[in-house]
Amino acid sequence: MNWKTFLAMLARDAHVARRNAFQLVFQTFLQPLLFVFVFGRVMVGSGYMPNSYKSLLLPGIIAITMVFTGIWAVAMPLIAEFQWTREIEDRLLAPIDISWIAIEKVIAGTIQAVVAGLVVIPMAWIVLHPGVDISIHAPLSFVAIILLVAIFSACGGLALGCSINQQHIGLMFGMVITPMIFFGCAYYPWSALDNFPVLQKIVLINPLVYASEGLRATLVPQFPHLSGIAVFVMLLFFDVLLLVLGLRQFGKKAIS
Amino acid sequence: MAVGVRTQDLRKIYNSAPPAGATGGFIARADAKGSKAPKTEIAALNGLSLEVLPGEIFGLLGPNGAGKSTTVGVLTTRVRPTTGQAWVGDHHVWQEQAAVKHLIGVVPQRPNLDFSLTAREILTFHAAYFGIPAKQRDERANGLLEKFKLTDRANQMVRGFSGGMMQRLSIARSMMHDPEVLFLDEPSAGLDPQTRILLWEIIREYNQAGKTILLTTHYMEEADALCNRLAIIDHGKMIALDTPQNLKASIPGGYLLRLHFGSQPPGLMDALQALAGVREVRANDGTGADVYADRGGSLIPEIASLAATTGADLRDVHISEPSLENLFLHHTGRSLRD
Repeated sequence: MNWKTFLAMLARDAHVARRNAFQLVFQTFLQPLLFVFVFGRVMVGSGYMPNSYKSLLLPGIIAITMVFTGIWAVAMPLIAEFQWTREIEDRLLAPIDISWIAIEKVIAGTIQAVVAGLVVIPMAWIVLHPGVDISIHAPLSFVAIILLVAIFSACGGLALGCSINQQHIGLMFGMVITPMIFFGCAYYPWSALDNFPVLQKIVLINPLVYASEGLRATLVPQFPHLSGIAVFVMLLFFDVLLLVLGLRQFGKKAIS
Repeated sequence: MAVGVRTQDLRKIYNSAPPAGATGGFIARADAKGSKAPKTEIAALNGLSLEVLPGEIFGLLGPNGAGKSTTVGVLTTRVRPTTGQAWVGDHHVWQEQAAVKHLIGVVPQRPNLDFSLTAREILTFHAAYFGIPAKQRDERANGLLEKFKLTDRANQMVRGFSGGMMQRLSIARSMMHDPEVLFLDEPSAGLDPQTRILLWEIIREYNQAGKTILLTTHYMEEADALCNRLAIIDHGKMIALDTPQNLKASIPGGYLLRLHFGSQPPGLMDALQALAGVREVRANDGTGADVYADRGGSLIPEIASLAATTGADLRDVHISEPSLENLFLHHTGRSLRD
């Protein structure tokens, strides 16, 4: 393991992220904040939704923001770098095992997802205020869940980014991202699907479900949520699964 | 100490990907298990063994698809050979990748510059990947930017660079970590003549510093002008290996005389064929003939007097010296540009 090379690659990603900071902020936070405003303020304020929905919504918004920041931060550059600019080739020729290049991408994506998650909390809280009833009941669980969610989203970005052709990005959104969002239990608790028993089982293959439910368990335990243990186990499972899958796909892309 | 490069019996079979519409999905299939669809196998390398001596400029010449880039890909850790071995210095390319990558610099056929960085940053980050300290990175970057005439664009993003500028920057980048072996895949493709000459000078200079250079090209002028030794490859196999001079000397009837006539009386072709030293005559669009012969200039008086006696109006004569193009044609029956 060549730490100098590894750190130089992280420095490169940090440098590029700083350069694109404005764009990154908009891309990351605009959509969740608009959603929070419409559902948390407009709908609740006009009486179509109960006031308690604000507190239910916030953990889901954190989960969505983190997951899509992580996926986006890793997948989009990889798709472009492998297929269009081929700029990753310079790093593939750096004196380091190529798996570490993928792991560097995952770490960079994880950091971005954690930052996005932590920043969206106060931002959404301000938009929703007053009437949000959240608190960090179990700080350690909260930190662990934030990390596990950030890692699976970055690993998912690695797997997607190395599996999808540039011309299929639109399809990726239509067939993977959109269903993931709507069946990710971000805007409603998993128990709300009790009336749809089949669907309720199917959505369990969606890792966003565990992100939303896990954050709900640590931030708003007054609402129904999946058990903490189940959430930990499943998040860990998805972390490992997507990392293994992502590394394999990366290897296939990198070496012909 | 200069470092050589060696390959032994390299074979690379590509299984061409199924057509996009046939996969039924947008996620590339992780593997082909269970897929019974017949696959086309393309042998890009078919038992290629070669040895590049330490400190020489070695050329791989061949038409598109001959296996040149695949060879470079294998030697630079980017292509896994189906069978066979490759070494850079004492390091086995596949088993000691990081050590090999320390020794090599690569200029790809298609620019792969980091579009998120400026020209200077591309050089300094590249050096950082190789663990070069910050001060040295800046010094080397400045030197190379100057040498490649990129100083005035050093702080601009490379997105707006012309093809020639990108190519120059790619080469500068490959030299940032001062590699012992430099691989250049079609380095002068798409360059204007001036830049090409600058590039040749820089390659020679780098070689004089004791570095080994392996370049691929399908320009004979380039192979001729730069290379100490040259391997001609086609269909993934070595066809010939020698110095450019020896290779050219080995062509029988190496001269090509292209003749143009105003009028062409019957029997002219047979008369040309009968001249001493002429190997082959090919009629050319009814207005001329290509004469392959053992000699060049000394044939002209005979052709001129033949033209005068037969009443053919000889308008133009062009003599091609023995060339690698002719050599390639001789060995494969195909032109290099096919």
